[in-house]
Amino acid sequence: MPAVSKGDGMRGLAVFISDIRNCKSKEAEIKRINKELANIRSKFKGDKALDGYSKKKYVCKLLFIFLLGHDIDFGHMEAVNLLSSNKYTEKQIGYLFISVLVNSNSELIRLINNAIKNDLSSRNPTFMCLALHCIANVGSREMAEAFAGEIPRILVAGDTMDSVKQSAALCLLRLYKTSPDLVLMGEWTSRVVHLLNDQHMGVVTAAISLITCLSQKNPDEFKTCVSLAVSRLSRIVSSASTDLQDYTYYFVPAPWLSCKLLRLLQCYPPPEDGAVKGRLVECLETILNKAQEPPKSKKVQHSNAKNAILFEAISLIIHYDSEPNLLVRACNQLGQFLQHRETNLRYLALESMCTLASSEFSHEAVKTHIETVINALKTERDVSVRQRAADLLYAMCDRSNAKQIVAEMLSYLETADYSIREEMVLKVAILAEKYAVDYSWYVDTILNLIRIAGDYVSEEVWYRVIQIVINRDDVQGYAAKTVFEALQAPACHENMVKVGGYILGEFGNLIAGDPRSSPLVQFNLLHSKFHLCSVPTRALLLSAYIKFINLFPETKSTIQEVLRSDSQIRNSDVELQQRAVEYLKLSSIASTDVLATVLEEMPPFPERESSILAKLKKKKGPGAVSVNELEEGKREGGELNGGGERGGDSSAIASTPSPSADLLGLRTGPPVTAAAPSTGSLLVDVFSEAGVNDDGFLSTQVSKIYNTVLVVFGYFNKKILHIVPLNDLSERELVTINEQTPQGVFVMAPFLKMFRALTCTILLGLGMALLENVDPNPENFVCAGVIQTKAQQVGSLLRLEPNAQAQMYRLTVRSSKDTVSKRLCELLAEQF
Amino acid sequence: MIGGLFIYNHKGEVLISRVYRDDIGRNAVDAFRVNVIHARQQVRSPVTNIARTSFFHIKRSNIWLAAVTKQNVNAAMVFEFLYKMCDVMSAYFGKISEENIKNNFVLIYELLDEILDFGYPQNSETGALKTFITQQGIKGQHQTKEEQSQITSQVTGQIGWRREGIKYRRNELFLDVLESVNLLMSPQGQVLSAHVSGRVVMKSYLSGMPECKFGMNDKIVIDKQGKGGTTDDPGKSELGGSGKQSIAIDDCTFHQCVRLSKFDSERSISFIPPDGEYELMRYRTTKDIILPFRVIPLVREVGRTKLEVKVVIKSNFKPSLLAQKIEVRIPTPLNTSGVQVICMKGKAKYKASENAIVWKIKRMAGMKESQISAEIELLPTNDKKKWARPPISMNFEVPFAPSGLKVRYLKVFESKLNYSDHDVIKWVRYIGRSGIYETRC
Repeated sequence: MPAVSKGDGMRGLAVFISDIRNCKSKEAEIKRINKELANIRSKFKGDKALDGYSKKKYVCKLLFIFLLGHDIDFGHMEAVNLLSSNKYTEKQIGYLFISVLVNSNSELIRLINNAIKNDLSSRNPTFMCLALHCIANVGSREMAEAFAGEIPRILVAGDTMDSVKQSAALCLLRLYKTSPDLVLMGEWTSRVVHLLNDQHMGVVTAAISLITCLSQKNPDEFKTCVSLAVSRLSRIVSSASTDLQDYTYYFVPAPWLSCKLLRLLQCYPPPEDGAVKGRLVECLETILNKAQEPPKSKKVQHSNAKNAILFEAISLIIHYDSEPNLLVRACNQLGQFLQHRETNLRYLALESMCTLASSEFSHEAVKTHIETVINALKTERDVSVRQRAADLLYAMCDRSNAKQIVAEMLSYLETADYSIREEMVLKVAILAEKYAVDYSWYVDTILNLIRIAGDYVSEEVWYRVIQIVINRDDVQGYAAKTVFEALQAPACHENMVKVGGYILGEFGNLIAGDPRSSPLVQFNLLHSKFHLCSVPTRALLLSAYIKFINLFPETKSTIQEVLRSDSQIRNSDVELQQRAVEYLKLSSIASTDVLATVLEEMPPFPERESSILAKLKKKKGPGAVSVNELEEGKREGGELNGGGERGGDSSAIASTPSPSADLLGLRTGPPVTAAAPSTGSLLVDVFSEAGVNDDGFLSTQVSKIYNTVLVVFGYFNKKILHIVPLNDLSERELVTINEQTPQGVFVMAPFLKMFRALTCTILLGLGMALLENVDPNPENFVCAGVIQTKAQQVGSLLRLEPNAQAQMYRLTVRSSKDTVSKRLCELLAEQF
Repeated sequence: MIGGLFIYNHKGEVLISRVYRDDIGRNAVDAFRVNVIHARQQVRSPVTNIARTSFFHIKRSNIWLAAVTKQNVNAAMVFEFLYKMCDVMSAYFGKISEENIKNNFVLIYELLDEILDFGYPQNSETGALKTFITQQGIKGQHQTKEEQSQITSQVTGQIGWRREGIKYRRNELFLDVLESVNLLMSPQGQVLSAHVSGRVVMKSYLSGMPECKFGMNDKIVIDKQGKGGTTDDPGKSELGGSGKQSIAIDDCTFHQCVRLSKFDSERSISFIPPDGEYELMRYRTTKDIILPFRVIPLVREVGRTKLEVKVVIKSNFKPSLLAQKIEVRIPTPLNTSGVQVICMKGKAKYKASENAIVWKIKRMAGMKESQISAEIELLPTNDKKKWARPPISMNFEVPFAPSGLKVRYLKVFESKLNYSDHDVIKWVRYIGRSGIYETRC
């Protein structure tokens, strides 16, 4: 049993608590509590009035039971009674109970407020403090309403005791935080600011918290506090450690107050008044000087207090960002911390240096610590510190040290913590691009990046490298060569295959002269990776193959063989199958000049802000990326797969001026791929998927477009529609197609010379209705109809695109049953 | 397939930990402690699933027994095993308490090795176990090789629960019918739910390998006999008009010694009994239950600060019988500040720690009536919640079976030894206890 002191102690309470602690089980505890509650109830109910002591005791017990997690629904009245007691202990317990267990009972709140009011107006400082603490602890709106006007008066009254002033300042701060609209400083402002001049350090410390909070909301009203704060700070800083006796903490004069003053100053720009500014600079210099002095004590508290002031001073210097001299000094002092024993100090130093690096004055100074930071990145045990080191490296990077830093980061990537890898990859990619002097270095770096941390390389990174290679002629040959070499590794990452497929497909001819990288070798190399890749990559590789056919006609037969194999032409994946079929047909039918036009080299991308940078910004949240890189971001090249303005197929081919025109401007040439997409008609949009697939070489782009098309399909799938052969069917009414699997079939056959009228007859003979003015190309025929079978009705849509010059046509049939569309196709093919 | 078995004390310290399968890691012990024993909210479900691991626990006084598994086991089997394990332990060292478990931990591990193999329950018959898991040292045992091999053949044999060559000077048989009656009644006296769960417990001290046959007034058997026999109902003449002639048993389970095939075909219960005490069968009935007591509550709220309670209990059985250990528990509101009780019979007391008035009567004959009235003073609270009025519950013990079950015969046949059914001294006793016997007020 705990010792019970005679004076204030409550024996009953001590016994009860020790009983509870000795309970063997939860059930026993509940029993004991029930018993005690019944006892207290009978005591409160009892006829004879309780004396203050027993009231206090029972209220204490109730409080204890409540803190154990049981509901208390009585005793509030007794606690309120205690508030009006004259004994400190009883009053204190009353306030304690009220602050812990207050509920919004209107009747009770009135009584409590009354009691608080009485205490506030009493001349007893202890009671006033108790009341203020209660208001601050509860901090409810009702309390704020009742006392928000009263407290500032107490705070600035001349005859208020210091301790009460302290409490009042903090209480007001709390009320201001919970309900700012009720705390109106107005007339009190200047007098509150002048509390900074108070004799009592405690009052100043309390007041400065309030002022900081208030001045963040309305800085103009509290502007005068700057000069006062500066003078106060200079007095503290220049005082000997023995001057402020009670407020000297391990030989550091008033560390908390100094920190708060420095933080308050960070709310304002540098003071305009020269004298004040001079004094402040002097102060900051003194702080920096003091930090250099040998420690007066070996205790950790001494160094903690000193460093706290130093870091706060440095962040003020960074905030002002106008004193090159101070900035450099700050940087040098932080440099010392970089190798400090304390992990926390190293962390803080790295963090502050990050902000220093973005200042033009101290950037150079920060750069001198590069070796230390790199070392920290490699040897630091704490991952959060390593993360800061990586941030700092990123921040201090510029043209002069980019190569070194990127190399270091790359080498660190191999062992880096998984949680920060993706961010590191982005950073390396950005730095490599931003400070690339020669682009071969850039290509090397990115390929290395993919090799080392392929899993963490996001889409944006490899889009970007392709974008840059396409846009820069001088690097294309080198890129092709490097990629070719990189692909020769036995195991390479899928992203590498993507980049390889793309670049070799575009620029494989640049290295084809070398017998070691002859076209066939290139193809075999790519194809050896084919089976290890996912579907999107395979699709990209197929596009690369068709480009090979164009670049190197000698590989045509080999590639056709590959395309013709069952694993391609009958692939279960619709995308791959379609590509295989179409590319095979394209390669076997089209003449070389058609191929050359269709499979032309990609045009340069428009210049845009780097998407990687956007991604990093998104990842870190706004403000995390320093200002200078934003500026440089502007002059960076366009993006490969940028913003949302590219809708549908229009930007798949950058050179296409308007979406409604022919996709590749092929109308003049052979009409193999003469699809006529129109953005106006959903029907045609759906069909235009085929057109895009034909010539869209970029798999990434194609797959994107393909997705949008699929979305359109999804839209259709939801609707049950009726296709009625009606001549006046407008395209809007045709928002229609009730199919399970979209099935587009393209049949290419020698085009028989034929007349429009004949075609019409044939089509109408099928029972279809001809739709005029649906297709933007007047030469095309668009039909809709319902085929009646015994079991059901099958809606079908049909488009015929004749091209007289090439003597070819393309037929697209779509219906709700794939067998029906196939059959229809065959039928029509026989007809023409 | 039980993966492991843990025993904890009330603080959650592990007393016994036995893991049978590799899929149960060491952290399972802590998971149960953290999530169940030390849970913020009291865990009421006996089965807890933590990270794809199932914990089945029962509590005996302050001791937690938890079986752990990762597989989809039959939960009823696991609980049956846990209860059996409690029986075995109490048969070996008496009450299950922390002290006893700590003192006998070697024995408990030995038992656990025997009754669970790779998580599959094995022979948990106390009598059989006691033949080869003993509490004496090896030196104290003067078992010969033959005796040891005999134990092996018996335990692994067809009748694993009884050894050969038992001899008693006096062949004696004790048969107890223990029932607990559960009831929930509306304030108006309407039965909302009622059932009896009963057990037939036997103590047999018989020589040799006797074959026993147990008969009771099972409705199916009586009806069959009534059809097959004469028009005169034999059941009626036998029971002599003491209320019901036959009872409908909803479901029953038997000790492993009962020949189930015979029960299925002829509905006769025949068996070779184990030696000593065992539970022959368990059953449950829901129809035509004799409710030994009727509770009539009357609660009146007088204003916000006073409550008047009057409770009458009536005994509803033959006046010649005496009920014992009667206890009525009348819950009081949570803001009770004082209670005055007046009762004609027995003693009544307000127990603040349990929030109830407890009224105890030592003895009460059948067809009698008794009454208690109480005035409860309340402390007005600002809580708007109304009192939930929990039901009045009751405990008692009566010397008959509330289900109406009667033992018709228990025959003993021993062909090899020369004693007959008539030489066996048989004792039959009926005890009806209250289970959850509640009346709403």
